Amino acid sequence: MAKFVGAVVVDKETCKGCGVCVDACPESVLALHRDVNGKGYHYSYMKDAGACIGCINCGVVCPDTCITVYRAKAS
Amino acid sequence: MEIQEIIKPENLVYQKTPLLNDDVMHYCPGCSHGVVHKLLAELIEEMDLQEKTIGVAPVGCSVFAYNYIDIDWQEAAHGRAPAVATGIARINPDNFVFTYQGDGDLASIGTAEIMHACNRGENILVIFINNGIYGMTGGQMAPTTLEGMVTSTTPNGRNVDLNGYPMKITNLIAQLPGTSYVTRQSVHTAAAVRKCKRSIKKAIQNVLDKKGTSFVEVVSTCNSGWKMTPVDSNKWMEENMIPYYPLGDMKDTIKGEHSDR
Repeated sequence: MAKFVGAVVVDKETCKGCGVCVDACPESVLALHRDVNGKGYHYSYMKDAGACIGCINCGVVCPDTCITVYRAKAS
Repeated sequence: MEIQEIIKPENLVYQKTPLLNDDVMHYCPGCSHGVVHKLLAELIEEMDLQEKTIGVAPVGCSVFAYNYIDIDWQEAAHGRAPAVATGIARINPDNFVFTYQGDGDLASIGTAEIMHACNRGENILVIFINNGIYGMTGGQMAPTTLEGMVTSTTPNGRNVDLNGYPMKITNLIAQLPGTSYVTRQSVHTAAAVRKCKRSIKKAIQNVLDKKGTSFVEVVSTCNSGWKMTPVDSNKWMEENMIPYYPLGDMKDTIKGEHSDR
């Protein structure tokens, strides 16, 4: 099991659904949601939340800076 | 562990820098401009330069850069950002002055300004976003457009007999004695973004140390102009742009010493 567990919070109204974070995620945690936000974009969300290791790759590549990442030691 | 247990202030590892304000950027989804804006804002905050930074915004997609980063900005005429930055940097030698330009702005209409500003060794940082296309006006051919690349003005691909060769302007600038640090980076993967951030940090430090012009080219994507999805355009860039515009430092020296490459 991974040493760290992470959680990604996406500001779904700012997200433009470009999918760059989905591609950058090494654990395939993120996906684009079936629903759309106020602007009509399929926003990014944690599809497989348990697999997140908090590596912050998604936040680093996000062009619209709508991702906040939290990380804690796995208990 | 439940997600609500992880989302606590003490576990925060990455968030938006307060220097980027809450305006939603007008860039297309997946545009590299957003990443470079973010890197600049993060570095200006980390190096505590907010009060002494003056940016010069160009004409192009990044014309509204002043709406997003909370520092002092000046808008310049098309291509003339290095000339405006020269004036600002000479009058305010203690400030950190940078220009932020695209390839249509810097490599086409502003070629004279950038060449002479770099040749004089003005104490400024130049961020050059190279996406091989005029993005704002509808995807026309730029000097940096690759051979055979389809744009709205070269529907059959760029023909070098007719349109000339793609211009490696960063290589030209590396030969000028006024420049202290010339590098080419990209922001298509998380590793590349981190590397680009280190390069921009080094360039900012050079300007603060008054070592002459620092020049950072960022090979970028224009997924709307290239008519691809953001993820596909990152892959296309890796396969086509980066072999022609190889990444890495081209010159890293102090003012007055010529590049050996």
